[in-house]
Amino acid sequence: MLLRHTTKEVKEREGLTINPAKTCQPIGAMYAALGIHGCLPHSHGSQGCCSYHRSTLTRHYKEPVMSATSSFTEGASVFGGQANLLQAIETIFAVYDPEIIAVHSTCLSETIGDDLQQITKKASDDGKIPQGKRVIYASTPSFVGSHITGYANMVTGMAEQFAVSTGEKKNQVNVIAGWMEPSDMREIKRYAKDLGANIVLFPDTSDVLDAPQTGKHEFYPKGGTTAEELKSTGDSKFSLALGCISAEPAAIALDKKCKVPFETLDMPIGLSATDRFIMSLSKAAGVKVPAEITSERGRLVDVIADMEQYFHGKKVALFGDPDQLIPLVEFLLDLNMKPVHIVSGTPGQRFEKRMKEVLERAPYANFKNGLSADMFLLHQWIKNEPVDLLIGNTYGKYIARDEDIPFIRFGFPILDRIGHSYFPSVGYSGGLRLVEKILGALLDRQDRDAPEEKFELVM
Amino acid sequence: MDTQNISLLEGREKQVYEKKNGQTEVDIACDTTSLSGSVSQRACVFCGSRVVLYPVADAIHIVHGPIGCAAYTWDIRGAVSSGPELHRLSFSTDLREMDVIYGGEKKLYRSLIELIDQYKPNAAFIYSTCIIGVIGDDIDAVCRKVEKEKGIPVMPVHSEGFKGTKKDGYKAACTALMKLIGTGSTEGISKFSINILGEFNLAGEAWIIREYYEKMGIQVVATMTGDGRIDAIRRSHGASLNVVQCSGSMTSLAKEMEEKYGIPYIRVSYFGFEDMSKSLYDVAQYFGESPEIMEKAKEIVHDEIRHYYPEMQKFKKALTGKKAAIYVGGAFKTFSLIKALRTIGMSVVLAGSQTGNKDDYRRLKEMCEEGTVIVDDSNPVELSKFILEKGADLLIGGVKERPIAFKLGVGFCDHNHERKIPLAGFIGMYNFAKEVYESVMSPVWQFAPRKGGIK
Repeated sequence: MLLRHTTKEVKEREGLTINPAKTCQPIGAMYAALGIHGCLPHSHGSQGCCSYHRSTLTRHYKEPVMSATSSFTEGASVFGGQANLLQAIETIFAVYDPEIIAVHSTCLSETIGDDLQQITKKASDDGKIPQGKRVIYASTPSFVGSHITGYANMVTGMAEQFAVSTGEKKNQVNVIAGWMEPSDMREIKRYAKDLGANIVLFPDTSDVLDAPQTGKHEFYPKGGTTAEELKSTGDSKFSLALGCISAEPAAIALDKKCKVPFETLDMPIGLSATDRFIMSLSKAAGVKVPAEITSERGRLVDVIADMEQYFHGKKVALFGDPDQLIPLVEFLLDLNMKPVHIVSGTPGQRFEKRMKEVLERAPYANFKNGLSADMFLLHQWIKNEPVDLLIGNTYGKYIARDEDIPFIRFGFPILDRIGHSYFPSVGYSGGLRLVEKILGALLDRQDRDAPEEKFELVM
Repeated sequence: MDTQNISLLEGREKQVYEKKNGQTEVDIACDTTSLSGSVSQRACVFCGSRVVLYPVADAIHIVHGPIGCAAYTWDIRGAVSSGPELHRLSFSTDLREMDVIYGGEKKLYRSLIELIDQYKPNAAFIYSTCIIGVIGDDIDAVCRKVEKEKGIPVMPVHSEGFKGTKKDGYKAACTALMKLIGTGSTEGISKFSINILGEFNLAGEAWIIREYYEKMGIQVVATMTGDGRIDAIRRSHGASLNVVQCSGSMTSLAKEMEEKYGIPYIRVSYFGFEDMSKSLYDVAQYFGESPEIMEKAKEIVHDEIRHYYPEMQKFKKALTGKKAAIYVGGAFKTFSLIKALRTIGMSVVLAGSQTGNKDDYRRLKEMCEEGTVIVDDSNPVELSKFILEKGADLLIGGVKERPIAFKLGVGFCDHNHERKIPLAGFIGMYNFAKEVYESVMSPVWQFAPRKGGIK
């Protein structure tokens, strides 16, 4: 078995990561930038970075992912990458003709000291940016944070560099999406529509990374938040940040720049977090919650009630990204399940603090994030305290197989199943999908392991 | 259609060529780095080293740098092992800001010691990433120190991403392998012996090839690097001949082994009946003093083709007249694919590679029919344009090309990391024909707008 090398005894490790539960900042920036309409992400670094990010996103979404690269050479690494980026900006506008270029840095360009703000300003001063087009940027060195903070940095860049306050407030609420799937973003918009709330959602990768088969390769698919919409976020009356790690920094930036007050919410995964989201959005937008949404909630509660006996006391191990783990753990607790092991490679005290609040109801839980919080550690914890269910990205399949644990794919990346792009996990409907998946995994296992005389028809 | 009519990325005119009447000279500009600002399908030096060394299964592969380079290359290549599977784990020094400021040597040293103590590998490869080249960690010194303390070979791989192209990564990998070669005992190696170079055992392909040679009575000393083992590599200098597949990655190693150990090499390809047979015959011919080897080779070719050829006729019948576009890593593979596609009645309208050299492109031009477009280091815009304009029914490529083909409504075959079934050997040709048939003839395309869709 692949992971048979994993030892049970947990030893303190000094600066070694085995089987990471995170990846680096730039891919997050690339993903966020794909949620702007007509935007070409640009990787300011070696060619490999861009290639790896595109491949990983393509494996996760089964979609073409377009991004350009500065193609650093040895010369660039000595003399700085300014010339490369200036040439890249010119080439991109001339050949690929995007509305917007969203540049992110890499470990290489950061270490040699390239200043994206200064270089993009020079590009503008030198007339390399055509009228009406924009170049935005975010600093995303790979040796800081994780893919999640990289996403947050690019979303913050959108707020800082696009938003304008005209002095005239609009009857509109900003909803800042933390790292979630295109299906989730589509669902957030659906809720806003059903509520009658006027929102600007950014970024928005729906209709970008879940594009239909058209017989054409659309270099810029029809989705994405437009530049106009992004500009208007400065005039919105309120912002809701969905995620304290991946969305809140952008809300803070908007407040600072354009005085848009905000509230930070957990990503609306599960019952409680969705309740808070619906209440906050209806309050911010000044609308009433329609009966249809109340019924939707009722259906989720009804299903949980119908099946409550199967959730009770089931131990779960989870790994993944902060803004998804926080509400997911809360949801498991609402289901009367026991989240016993939780690991995330993403560092940060804000994350730790919020997770600990949620875990007040689960004092037994092992939780670690940041350095050496990897899947090797998670596996060791599982060996010491076995679980009934594992939830995480595709890389969890090794542990699931080795320990023979039911496994639900959730998070990024999912390289071996489809569905995440199309079926949301946010909202009440998303909660229903999660409940269906959890029950499916647990009951399939019960069926598989049941002795013949206990093999039940009705469950 | 004229290439001049297609809008190409400025500066790319010299990397695209269309075979036309009266135009004989092909002078594709290759071996260059991609233009800044291009949406290139290429990767970096590190990627080149990583793919070459990755299949060595009883070694620790530690990526020295920030987490990304290790995360993106964690078990993404189905290079299977018959025994240990250390290569499928992901080890990284996960460098943080402070390490970048103060240097990562100590962290690397500690990581190596921890890993070697824990996994007891037969060797360790340490890959340097971009940032190591800038902060100047002396990884050679760390390797020497650990090697001394732990008594196993510890090889630095100088694969800083920006220091050239993917090909330079191949070279760096070969340099690391050369450090191992010649350090093992050559006892018990027959004079009828070979090393298989440039075969990475994707979907178990090296096992198929190895079996053919062994049936011929030839001893396979080492496969580099598919299902690779450190001990086999260390004694590979005892083999009589190097048989090199994948032109880009391993030719430099073969050349070095020839220089240092006097082992000649031949270049082969295991894709398609024609090239597969030739790769057996060429080896048999080299060992001409034993006519039995040639006898055996003939027998294998005869039996295998007799077994698979009739089976393939239904694919050929359906596919005759269909058109293919090829965009793969190495040019040598493109040659084989053109021949293999002809076997099943298909013509090639676009042929390209990420890493071909001038000779490769000259040869490609000779092989191609009139009107075939030849590209070096292409991009999605170009590929889509040519596929549509040339009316291709199939694209052969890698992970980034797959969804483009499907969006356009044409079939696809992964001839890269993500192949799920062996495509090498005689059985591989059958698998290839079957996979192409299934994809090109899939009923899904009748629903695609380009082929009709909802009327």
